[in-house]
Amino acid sequence: MIKVEHVTKNFGSLHAVKDVSLEVNQGEIVSLIGPSGSGKSTLLRCIHGLEKPDSGKIYINDEVMDPSDSKKYREQRNRMGFVFQHFNLFPNMTVLENCNLAQIQVGGKTKEEAEKTSMEYLKRVGLADKRDSYPNNLSGGQKQRVAIARALCMNPELMLFDEPTSALDPEMIKEVLEVMKDLGNQGMTMIVVTHEMGFARKVGNRVIFLDRGEIVEDSPSEEFFSHPQSERAKDFLSKVFYE
Amino acid sequence: MFSAFHEVFTFETALYFGKGALISLGMAILSLFLGLILGILGASAKRSKYRLLRWIGNIYVEVIRGTPMLLQILIIFSVIPSIYTAITGEVLRINVYLIGIIAMSINSGAYSTELIRSGINGVDKGQWEACETLGLSQWQTMRFVVLPQAFKLIVPPIISEFVTLIKDSSLTSCIGAIELLKSAQIVGAEYYEVMSPYFLAAIFYLVMTISISYIGKHVEKRLAVSD
Repeated sequence: MIKVEHVTKNFGSLHAVKDVSLEVNQGEIVSLIGPSGSGKSTLLRCIHGLEKPDSGKIYINDEVMDPSDSKKYREQRNRMGFVFQHFNLFPNMTVLENCNLAQIQVGGKTKEEAEKTSMEYLKRVGLADKRDSYPNNLSGGQKQRVAIARALCMNPELMLFDEPTSALDPEMIKEVLEVMKDLGNQGMTMIVVTHEMGFARKVGNRVIFLDRGEIVEDSPSEEFFSHPQSERAKDFLSKVFYE
Repeated sequence: MFSAFHEVFTFETALYFGKGALISLGMAILSLFLGLILGILGASAKRSKYRLLRWIGNIYVEVIRGTPMLLQILIIFSVIPSIYTAITGEVLRINVYLIGIIAMSINSGAYSTELIRSGINGVDKGQWEACETLGLSQWQTMRFVVLPQAFKLIVPPIISEFVTLIKDSSLTSCIGAIELLKSAQIVGAEYYEVMSPYFLAAIFYLVMTISISYIGKHVEKRLAVSD
């Protein structure tokens, strides 16, 4: 469904992503993990096009994504939903309006149609009763669930999550992970940059371990956690798990 | 010092001052409004992807902010009639209030440009990215997400710009506009005593500026509700 081919991204002299290639198939839940600064967020942002790779190609459904073909490129990007660490809800709009906006403006739906879809997804993330609240009156976990619902309203084929629980208070992490787990169970293809090893192990079915901009390991979740191959992954896991 | 106090502090002079104050206020309101339009254009120019437009925006802001408003008023006062004469060959009978408003608008536009630009920049970058991932165009992002948020940031400095304009409208007295300050000078000349009319003018200015600041604080509070 998504193919990344020799993608490189530098920020000045910093090599954030170095010649990375990978492929993600329909229905897979891939966790991108690694130490901070390993380039996992940058890689995710390159896949969506929030960062323009310096070189390399990205394919969605076997078609190359080419920014110069702007109409097609936009349509390709709209097949992906993106969830940010800091939610990025629109504070000037209610929860419902947050979900409606792009459906109406981009999807060309009427307000009624958009509202129907929005409510459907707000119910799924358990926040139908918050439809008329403003984001600043919600908890972090609720904000992130709204952000997920907002992305789902655009009916994406693939969901990208950039550290969706890193900005949350500990007691709110689970409610967001539960929503993501449900989404995975329904067959959504997901790429998740995360520090939640429990999620990567139990919900994710594949782990890609990055370090210093390179893919060091790419294996099924269970195998990665029980038998990491590389020294760098072993070292990382030993630091992450407190025993 | 206040020898004409009893002549000046009467209902009749108060009415005369009131008229001058209304002219000051009217010029300030019109200039603020036109200045905001120029500010939107200026801020768009400064944010443009075209270098020439950015360049024009920068020069506009720097030239206007770097020269005295009094000088700008005097230049426009003499430039517009000469341009008119050069084009039509006729002598322009000039309306000093109009000239004043044009000069003040151009001046205020430069400050508004910076206010609007910094308001837009003050909106979190994540908002643009969220819109991008939802497929919204740049223009839709501006219209539905960024400008409404920038507006809240801009309102307080725009109100203080309004107060500044009310005070600076006194500068148009030097080209003959009979606004509040000029009214005071006229009354002063009549009674050979300036302190009383000046103090009365100060009171009129204060009533206007303090009320506007007060209203401004209320507006600010109401805008903060959804935060």
